[in-house]
Amino acid sequence: MKNLKDEKLLRGGLIMRKRVLILVVLIALLFLGISGVVFAQDPSGAKTIKENPGAAVDYVWVLVSAFLVFFMQAGFAMVEAGFCRAKNATNLMMKNLMDFAMGSLAYMAVGFAFMFGKDVAGFIGSTGWFLRGSDYDVGRYLLYMFQVVFAATAATIVSGAVAERLKFKAYLIYSLVISALIYPIYGHWVWGGGWLSNLPFGLGHLDFAGSGVVHLVGGMVGLAGAIVLGPRFGKYGKDGKPRAIPGHSITLAALGVFILWFGWFGFNPGSTLSAHELRISVIAVNTNLAAAAGALAALATIYLKTKKYDIGMTINGALAGLVAITAPCAWVEAWAAVVIGLIAGVIVVVGALTLENLGVDDPVGAVSVHGFNGIWGLLSLGLFADGTYGNYTTEAPHVVGLFYGGGFGQLIAQVIGALVCVVWAFGLGFILFKAMDKLMGIRVPPEEELSGLDVKEHGTAAYSNFPYVEEIGA
Amino acid sequence: MKKIEAVVRLEKFEEVKEALKNIGYPGMTVTRIEGHGKQKGLVQQFRGREYKLELLPKIKIEVAVKDEDVSLFVETVVEAARTGEVGDGKIFVIPVEEVVRIRTGEAGEVAV
Repeated sequence: MKNLKDEKLLRGGLIMRKRVLILVVLIALLFLGISGVVFAQDPSGAKTIKENPGAAVDYVWVLVSAFLVFFMQAGFAMVEAGFCRAKNATNLMMKNLMDFAMGSLAYMAVGFAFMFGKDVAGFIGSTGWFLRGSDYDVGRYLLYMFQVVFAATAATIVSGAVAERLKFKAYLIYSLVISALIYPIYGHWVWGGGWLSNLPFGLGHLDFAGSGVVHLVGGMVGLAGAIVLGPRFGKYGKDGKPRAIPGHSITLAALGVFILWFGWFGFNPGSTLSAHELRISVIAVNTNLAAAAGALAALATIYLKTKKYDIGMTINGALAGLVAITAPCAWVEAWAAVVIGLIAGVIVVVGALTLENLGVDDPVGAVSVHGFNGIWGLLSLGLFADGTYGNYTTEAPHVVGLFYGGGFGQLIAQVIGALVCVVWAFGLGFILFKAMDKLMGIRVPPEEELSGLDVKEHGTAAYSNFPYVEEIGA
Repeated sequence: MKKIEAVVRLEKFEEVKEALKNIGYPGMTVTRIEGHGKQKGLVQQFRGREYKLELLPKIKIEVAVKDEDVSLFVETVVEAARTGEVGDGKIFVIPVEEVVRIRTGEAGEVAV
């Protein structure tokens, strides 16, 4: 299987080398897709609403949630731009814009089929290419809309970890690969009826809204990217100690965290995929509490170390709480959400500083927020699940963790899922960035990095008419 | 004649300007500058790590002054610009050979 992956990556690189437009490839694939036309199920929705008049409220609920999650793209864009220097703001806006564009197309072409198509051996989905054939159906389109914004969230997480030094065209190729392959195949294992969801421990590996599927995948691919790229110029002093490279707008970064927090109210509660699951109120409360506890714990942790009320780390802390509660949000009660958030806030601060000390430059803390806390979220489910809610349904069997007398079963399923996710996402991410580096080089030239990516890559500064002043610290 | 260059804090500039007007020097040339003294800037923090703002913004005032006014002028600036903390700035007194008012062609102290 790995060989197949290598081949695909290589092919991706060669396509770029020959400067064949990606659009042309997509159109070619579209024609290939026509061969698989099957009679459509219910493209108008008439049959669906007749059979189930209550479907209307579910459709509205899921779509509104999807639109909220889409808005998280704006949140990521603001956090990343705010935490980076003004000379790279145009580049970050373009990355956040284009990963959604590339992701939407790639996920429509093949990603959705790999993730939710007819299962083959618990490994991969195999039907529904280009949303055609039997997938030309209101229910399937609804699922695509909700899932594509999740795929794009995983994709956009990485842009922060590789910020201020990755070539734009490498980012475009990366966006395509994560949305077409890395994300959907792992997603199939957990949400598409694949092997992880059928593990013989607990109820199988569970991840309600994607601490693993979305955030850990993004965090690990981001870690791989940051390692292959190496640190930005000036990040480490001559003594090898990490230095601060202050971002250009705390205001934008804070706006970003508010937008993300808001969007998460679609991300987690929307993942019931049904407004008839009244558990949505519990999920919303848990989501909110974990974010609040994460912010407070991160603030306290960094205050103990530096005696300053550091906003950058507090922003990361709120996001860490949100990431951690994403997997267990439907299966725990309020106090547990607070505990999960508090621990997330400590993890993110210690994780971010430790990673920097180890020589990995992650400009916005994406690996700690999404990677380390993605793992914590998956594990916490196996500890705190309280046995009041089932597998996306009120029906038994209910999910019970270690602290509620469920034994180690669910926890073991969570550990296995987390390990598999780390190996899969980091492994493929590392191969992808290494392969692109060999084929075309993924890091911008030093002079471009120093003058900023905006003008050299995109021809325009984010803030024309304003002088840039750079401070690099101690 | 002397030229006086006074480097002062941004937040003290209005007070200095007012004080100089009161002793008969309403005119001045002002430049926004950056610099640091012995204390070498300010320590700030970003995502848990400290960094130094080496260069701090200051205001530089330049005025040509009659010889007999120099000590009053300097005292006035010191009094208005002083906070007692590091970073209050400096005053330089520089000899001037000639001053010419372009509009009238007048030279010497009348042109100051």
